[in-house]
This record gives sequence, structure tokens and C-alpha cells, in this order.
Amino acid sequence: MRFLFKTDYAQDTRLFPFGGTKRFWSGLALYAAILAALAHYAPVALTSTHWLGLAIVYAVAFGAVLLRQNADGEGGHAAFWYGLLGVAALSAPFVLDLYFLSQITFVYVYAIAGVGLILLLGMCGQISLGHAAFMACGAYTAALLQAQGFDLLVTLPAAILLSALLGVVIGLPALRMTGIYLAFATYAFAFIVEEVLARWDGLTGGNMGFVLSDPSILGYTFDSEQKMYYLAMVLFALTLLAGLNIRRSSTGRAFMAIRDSETAAEAMGVNLAVYKTTAFAISAGMAGLAGAVYAHLLFFISPEGFTILLSINLLVLAVIGGLASMHGAIFGAAFIVVLPQLISLTKDSLPPVVGQLPGLESGIFGLVIILFVILEPMGLHGRWMKIKTYFQLFPLYKRGTFRRQKSYMVSEKNR
Amino acid sequence: MTLLEVENLAVHFGGIKAVDGVSFGVDKGEIFTIIGPNGAGKSTIFNLVSRIYQPTSGRIRFEGKDITGLPAHRIAGLGIARTFQNIELFDMATVLDNMMLGRHAHRRTGPFAHLFFGPATRAEELAHRRKIEEVIDFLDLQHYRDQMIANLPYGVRKVVELGRALCTEPKILLLDEPSSGLNVEETEDMSFWISDIKNILGITVIMVEHDMNLVNEVSDRVLALNYGRVIATGTPAEVQAHPEVIRAYLGGDDTETEAA
Repeated sequence: MRFLFKTDYAQDTRLFPFGGTKRFWSGLALYAAILAALAHYAPVALTSTHWLGLAIVYAVAFGAVLLRQNADGEGGHAAFWYGLLGVAALSAPFVLDLYFLSQITFVYVYAIAGVGLILLLGMCGQISLGHAAFMACGAYTAALLQAQGFDLLVTLPAAILLSALLGVVIGLPALRMTGIYLAFATYAFAFIVEEVLARWDGLTGGNMGFVLSDPSILGYTFDSEQKMYYLAMVLFALTLLAGLNIRRSSTGRAFMAIRDSETAAEAMGVNLAVYKTTAFAISAGMAGLAGAVYAHLLFFISPEGFTILLSINLLVLAVIGGLASMHGAIFGAAFIVVLPQLISLTKDSLPPVVGQLPGLESGIFGLVIILFVILEPMGLHGRWMKIKTYFQLFPLYKRGTFRRQKSYMVSEKNR
Repeated sequence: MTLLEVENLAVHFGGIKAVDGVSFGVDKGEIFTIIGPNGAGKSTIFNLVSRIYQPTSGRIRFEGKDITGLPAHRIAGLGIARTFQNIELFDMATVLDNMMLGRHAHRRTGPFAHLFFGPATRAEELAHRRKIEEVIDFLDLQHYRDQMIANLPYGVRKVVELGRALCTEPKILLLDEPSSGLNVEETEDMSFWISDIKNILGITVIMVEHDMNLVNEVSDRVLALNYGRVIATGTPAEVQAHPEVIRAYLGGDDTETEAA
């Protein structure tokens, strides 16, 4: 009915468009079931503190669902599923063993950087091969400040700010360059940063690397895998929220305008220089945050950890996850964490001629990118949307539903 | 009252004088049409006024203020909006997003506030949303709010682009060939809308147009251009009857005119 009648305008600015009353009781039952399953299967004995914490968390998740309810209980139920996902994510440390848990923690970290890159590449249309440098900047800032005795409340904002500042500097060439030239400029910059980190051994420890200790906030130390998991999860959630907020405000629209037509963007009053630099700054800030958490997860950083390969991995993340949506970040991050594991798992069962090939991993990565670009340019998120639509429309789905028509000729571009 | 005043405007691309000493004034509340054969410099004048091109010489004044040196992104905020000959919409965004971009010049909050989407940002978004709904109503775009531009037919895109320009709440609207690529019915709708924009919304319109029916129907004054120079100004009828204009369009025997 939305097609014909003016509807509540608030729904256009909402993060989760509708809740759903019908889901209320089933939701309550599901959450209760998860709690019960946790109590039964948790590898660690749950204390009363655990229970209290979980109960609060579940109440908040559930409250969020209730608050998002639509008056007539119609429509989608995004908030419910996000609530469920959140609950599952919160419960993970009680169910999964440490190895899987640390892998998911890495997924969060890559996804933080991924949100930044999707914002820059997918939303604003500016490519960057320099994101490893932003991550390095964040990682070393956090490490050096921690060595001075500061806790996360100082090191994380400092890592974000410094990386964002670096992003502004790198964004400057973006004002004059596009496409492949911008890729080269950012690549050159990343190379310089890597070199500086290796040579300035008085500050960074050079190629010997730099060792970190457990991070802490106001005396509370994150000294276990579980605690780091929650830290990364919360930071990822905040990053995703910031990314979605940008997406639904005038800044995000200005980014999209720059991506689709710089001329028209200017005619609408978008200051290209300011917004391109802003996009680089926000994106670099998010990469810096990812770098800081990454450093704390590894306890050891060295310039070798932040080479062009990391930049390319992040690009793979963005492209494979799907540039059209922030959600692509988590799909892409899961992909780049899982694929190397899969490769090393299958390595042993392959004939040694193939299994022991040097560069097997990068080869497969490259192949996967090529296949994705040809077969699924919208990435994993796009694939997910298609599957969802298939079931929603069930007998009526047509193969051409997502095929874009050729755009009309634009003969005169004023740039 | 003269709203927009162009004085001795010229732009040269290498040796080509695309616009060569053009002067005209557009009064508040009129529909002013620029006509001329292909390559006469019509769109170039638009690109100069909207500051995409840098003039070689001459002045552009808007509401008495010299805007010749302003950067292109400041123009929308002053109250000058435009459409493009070949449609420059944001293809991978929805109609709502495109029209909300028309509100960009009116934003009050910055990127930092947008990271948090606080109450001020939300209130602003809702205010803009109400504003663009007025334009959606005005142009009958209710069916297309959530559609991606890339999926829309050409005629609708043309209207969306007009809508996006209206969302900037312009004082003056530059329409570059509003009827190009439209069928007869769509052209008729467009002519009603252009009249309504002038009569109901009170916006001054400058347009470049080839369809003489549309020009006659809506224009108050017409300026004819050839080879970057003004050859005639006046009411549509006067300009069409002007011998220079007829010669520019239909060609003429040079010896004959010399003799005359």
C-alpha cells in the first residue's frame, strides 16, 4: 500500500523498518529455548553472574524487538531476526570451543575494516589499495600507546583518529584521480607506510616486531578469548551501526551521488573535495580501529603483517561480501577467514604435487574473485538476497528478476 | 526585476568560440527559452551558469550578486537548480534517495553527527522527507518512491530529475531540453508541469528546448542563438518570424541576403 499512500515518514529513516507483533511469542519461546540449551550444553559452568548478565542482555535484545513493532504488526521482521542473531552471537562463547571462538573474533575484526572499505568503495566509488596501511597505523598507535600505559579508552580513539587523519592525507590524491590511478596512488602510499614501519626501528621495533600485553579498560583486563570475543563483537556492532547511520543520512547520499555522477552531485551542492576526503577519513578510521583490535588479538605486530596482501584481502572481502550493502562485510570477512582454513584442511588430502604448490592459497583466492566478478557481481550478499526473493515469490520467481536493464546512453559527461 | 543577468559571456575551447559575447537578463517569474540549432552553445550557457565551465570572459549575476567566481557546489544553495540534457540521476540509488539529494544544500548537520544519527539528524531527515513528499505529490511520483533509478523507464527518469531539481527549492530552474526523448503525451505533461512550476510554485524557469510547440505554449520570452551569438530575442512569435532565425534553421542563400 506504500506505493499509493503517504506512509509514516519515520520508516524511511529507521534502521529496522518494521517489527512484528506476531513474532512476539514465538520470539520469547526461541530466546527461552536458547537459554535452556545454553544451560544444558555450555562447556563452562554458568554462575549466577553469567545468568544475570545473560538475562539483562536478552531483555535488551527483546526490548529492541518490541520497540520496533509496527502498529498493525505487518511487514518485515528485521528487528526480530537481528535480535536472534545478536543473542546467538552473545551466546557463542558459552558453546563454542576456543579455536572457533578466536576465528569468529577475527571475522569481526576483518568485518570492521570491511565496513569501512564497503563505505569507501561501494558507497563512494573510490578504490583503495592502502587499507593495510590504515590498519597498520591503528595497530601501531594502539601498541605504542599501550606501552606508555594507556588503556583502551585512550588507545582506540587515538588509533581511529590518527588513521582517519592519515586517510585525509591519502584522500587528497583522490580529488584528482579516479579508478586505476587512484589504486596505484594508494598502493604506493601503503608501500611507504610499510617501509617506514620497518626502518624506523627506534619507534616500531622494525622487522623484529612489537609485543603487546592484554588490553584493559579502567582496570578491567581482557585476558581471555571470551572477553576478546565480546570486545571485538561490540566494536563491530558499533562500527556497523555507524556505517548504517552514514548510509541513511545526507552524508551517505552524498557519497552515492559522487559514485554515480560527479557532475550532478556538484549541481546538487555536494562539495566533492570535502566528501571524498570525508569518505577516506571515515573508512580509514574504521580500518584503524580494526588494526588496533587485530594487534591486541595477535599480541605481536610487525610490518610483515600489513603488506599489500592484507589490502588485497580486504578488497576481496568487500567484493565477495557484496559492495551494495554493509551486510556484505560480515559475509566477506567470514569468507576470508574460512577459505584459508578450508584450503589448509584439504591440502593434506590432495596429491602432494597440488597440495604442496607454493602460492596455492593466493591462486585460489584469485580464482574465486574472478568467478565472483563474472558470476555474482553483487557478492555473497547479492546471492543471499536472490535466495530470499526466490522463496518469498516462490512459484512466481523469474530468472530475470535481478537482471539490470542496460542503462541509457550518457553521451555528454561534463567532467 | 532581473533575477539572473548574463553580461558579455564568452567561453572558448581552444580555437572554438562556443559562446561568444552573450548578454541577456531573466526576470523574476518568467519562462525564458533559449533556442538554436545544434552546436549553437545553448547547453554551454547552462554549464556556465551552473559553474561547471569556466567562462573565458564576462559576468554572471544572480539577484545582483556576482557568481562568476563561485565553485559549482555553491550554486544549488543560492537557489539555482538544473536538469541535464542526458539525465544525470544517481542510477544505483532509489527515487527517494535521489530526491533527498536535492535537499543536500539545505542540510544543517555534518558527517560527524551522522555517524551517531542523533535526534537532530533524525528530525532533519524527517523534515526533508516531508518536503520531498510535496514534490512527489506535485509530480505524481507516488508509484516510484522506492524504485531504483536503473529500473525506471526513460520518461519517468526525466520527471524524477525535474523533481530532484525542485527539491532544492530553487528560485530559478534551468531545464536542459525537458522534452528530449519523451513521446507526445509525456511532452504534453511536461508542458503542464513547467507552467505549474511557474504559476503555482512561482519559480522562474530558463529552458533550452527544440520542440517549438512546447516553446510556444509555455515561454514568455525566447532567445535565439547561433554560433555562440544572440541572433534574436522577444516573444516566441517574434523570434520565429525573425529572418536571421529562419536562416539559421533553414539555411539561406548568402548572396540573396547580402543583396537584401
